[in-house]
Amino acid sequence: MNPKRTDKIATTIIYVMATTIVVILIALLLYIFFAGIKTINWHFLTGAAKSFQAGGGIGAQLFNSLYLLVLSMLISLPLALGIAIYLSEYASAQKVAALIRSMIEVLSSLPSIVVGLFGFLVFVINFHLQFSILSGALTLTIFNLPLLVRGIEDALQTVSNSQREAGLALGLSKWETVTHVIIPECLPGIITGVILAAGRVFGEAAALIYTAGQSAPPLNFSNWNILSLTSPLNPFRPAETLAVHIWKVNSEGLIPDATAVSAGSSLVLVVVVLIFNILARYLGNKLYKRLTGE
Amino acid sequence: MAQELATFTRPLAKDASSALSTEDLRVHYGAKEALHGVSLNFERHKITSLIGASGSGKSTYLRSLNRMNDTIATAQITGKIMYRNVNINLPQVDVYEVRKHIGMVFQRPNPFSKSIRDNITFALERRGLKDRQKLAEIVEQTLKQASLWEQVKDDLDKSALALSGGQQQRLCIARALAMKPDILLMDEPASALDPISTANIETTMQELKKDYTIIIVTHNMQQASRISDYTAFFHMGQMIEFDQTRRIFTRPQVQLTENYVSGHFG
Amino acid sequence: MDPIAKSLKSTSVSAKIERRGKLITQLCTMVIVLLVIAIFAFIASKGVAIFGQDHGSVLDFFTKTTWNPDKQDAYHRPLIGALPMIVGSFAVTLLSVIVATPFALAAAIFMVEISPKSGKKFLQPVIELLVGIPSVVYGFIGLVVIVPSVQKIAGGSGFGILAGSLVLFVMILPTITSMSVDALKAVPRYYREASLALGATRWQTTYKVVLRAGAPGIMTAVIFGMSRAFGEALAVQMVIGNAILMPTNLASPATTLTSILTMNVGNTIMGTTANNALWTLALLLLLMSLIFNIIIKYLAKRGELK
Repeated sequence: MNPKRTDKIATTIIYVMATTIVVILIALLLYIFFAGIKTINWHFLTGAAKSFQAGGGIGAQLFNSLYLLVLSMLISLPLALGIAIYLSEYASAQKVAALIRSMIEVLSSLPSIVVGLFGFLVFVINFHLQFSILSGALTLTIFNLPLLVRGIEDALQTVSNSQREAGLALGLSKWETVTHVIIPECLPGIITGVILAAGRVFGEAAALIYTAGQSAPPLNFSNWNILSLTSPLNPFRPAETLAVHIWKVNSEGLIPDATAVSAGSSLVLVVVVLIFNILARYLGNKLYKRLTGE
Repeated sequence: MAQELATFTRPLAKDASSALSTEDLRVHYGAKEALHGVSLNFERHKITSLIGASGSGKSTYLRSLNRMNDTIATAQITGKIMYRNVNINLPQVDVYEVRKHIGMVFQRPNPFSKSIRDNITFALERRGLKDRQKLAEIVEQTLKQASLWEQVKDDLDKSALALSGGQQQRLCIARALAMKPDILLMDEPASALDPISTANIETTMQELKKDYTIIIVTHNMQQASRISDYTAFFHMGQMIEFDQTRRIFTRPQVQLTENYVSGHFG
Repeated sequence: MDPIAKSLKSTSVSAKIERRGKLITQLCTMVIVLLVIAIFAFIASKGVAIFGQDHGSVLDFFTKTTWNPDKQDAYHRPLIGALPMIVGSFAVTLLSVIVATPFALAAAIFMVEISPKSGKKFLQPVIELLVGIPSVVYGFIGLVVIVPSVQKIAGGSGFGILAGSLVLFVMILPTITSMSVDALKAVPRYYREASLALGATRWQTTYKVVLRAGAPGIMTAVIFGMSRAFGEALAVQMVIGNAILMPTNLASPATTLTSILTMNVGNTIMGTTANNALWTLALLLLLMSLIFNIIIKYLAKRGELK
């Protein structure tokens, strides 16, 4: 066959396949939207879940997902900052840094169910934390750390080395230069990394099934005693998240409206993740503008 | 071999006082020796230029004087750097204290992305100076020394990044002066600037000379001859000739220096 | 003595802050290092228990097809034939990668070689959105859309390896695509210019020059995709049927390592043979992810040498 013809055919095939991908995503999003929107109303978003009947809501699950996200960020963010600063600013021996980076890569590629089982073994059983928000948050931290470290390290690297030299030449320590000059300068980049990680964490379920648990005791939002089982802030209560809820209603099939509940929950999940992504993109652009001096 | 080149160093006058000196200062990057044993003496309240082609070792030498080369993991610096009768090239000497007394201005202006005021006060505040009155005085005084006060006195809260390149460089000079250093190291401070800004910086340096000892790296020979009292010529990691500036440019003692200043190479 | 000279020889505030700051970062780094070591140590020690205290046979584990750890065979060894899960995991992984790779390459070629502008405008956001969708949502859609479709076309229940692979196909597509884009972008421009200058068409250049030069990077992308597919739990578990049987065809209920773990860890008691057997599956998953990692490292090294 003549090369020109082949070129044309190949290009056409590539166009068709690329379009297919776009069509798949659009179909996915439309499906999630139209299947879910029917279920969504105020009662669904705030109401309590039902175990055996139809008409349950996802109020507790939605709150649990957010609370777990915040708690795990509170634990993992300071750690990730420390690790990223070490790798980007302090690790002077190349071999040590490379070894630690490899370990973080291994950690990031572990299947989340394996991470969940480790959390189950260590936090739930050995530390006697039971199925609880705390067990879940600690487990999510393992899952979260590699993402955060990479994001923060990338952000730190965007700041020119001349800023570090400027601080050092004034007799400031590297630590002060990093915490007071470098981090403020790349803050939007760091926040972008954090939000992207938050999106991943918000949708995570496999690591939580055996750590935060699969039950959501009803919450009483006027109960501020954090040791009470119905207090939303109690970190020792079991807490099924939205993502785990979708999995559970489908695999157990005890409620008659499992499909509708899943569809509504999926829409909420996807919308939240979308908001995270848009926010991250916006902040990323802002940083880019600032660094290029516009 | 580089070591066998002829060199000439004129000692300082008997009554001149030395602010800083080096003895057999060598810098290794890994196995490679980048600077081959430089011994120099810098007179107090004078300007000394370090000239030479790119890669001659002049910047490496300058960055060793306030131990900025410490930040490069592979760099090894041996020999003595004498400052106030202390060899500051010893590991037990506090590098942060060294850098406070031996300030530095870099080739490219590198103000912090903070306000003009904060650029000057930041390091002072970190070192515990909280008195607002005192800080305001220092801001005014150092900006005046750097001949920037008149242009920015109404915009002290504006971002330093909004200034022009020449203004940014003068802000960096003011920032360095705020730490009240003895010695100011300048690494081609005008190379990224236009001729007018360069002239302004040179005037500023003549003013600063009254209170500070200045060591400046420059690739611009006219600049060296205009502003400096002493000049040291570097070639391939070696210090070839050190003398009063007018002698270097009129009657150099070494052929290599003669070739360089007359433009036969480099 | 000169106060400045004295200050040079003592320890400054900056030096103290620096020491403390560096220590903090070192401690943080220690935490993550210990965490990785702990994960391997804990799961490895739980994972080998079935072969030690329960006298399980390693050979049985990899070759037999009966999974019933509570029961014992004639030699008083637990029945731990994990072959159905192992085959299931590899089947969905390979199948999804085989389907996803051509699409990913097409998308990458489109974005790098054919139309970088509209690629950036349309495909880039699409890829990023696909990554963002949580895996349970993929599982749910698989359950309500893909399983019934497979049922209609292939008969049976619809649950099985085909449904699992189709779900995974969409999930790993963005991973392979974005990494392939990086691989193609890394091919120097002059390769293309040289080829085009010789009169080659765009497709000839892409196929014979760019794809070949980018091959190690594309391989890395594929392995990354495989690693993700192999470790995915919930989305696959929801559509594969969860029957511990050797798969007879693509539409018969089957299972994977991750699915069995997801289903059964909660139903067994810590320390029992049945529970230990599950930890062995977790260990296998851990080792596979390590192997994928080592392959990726090896490919990266080979790419550098070129």
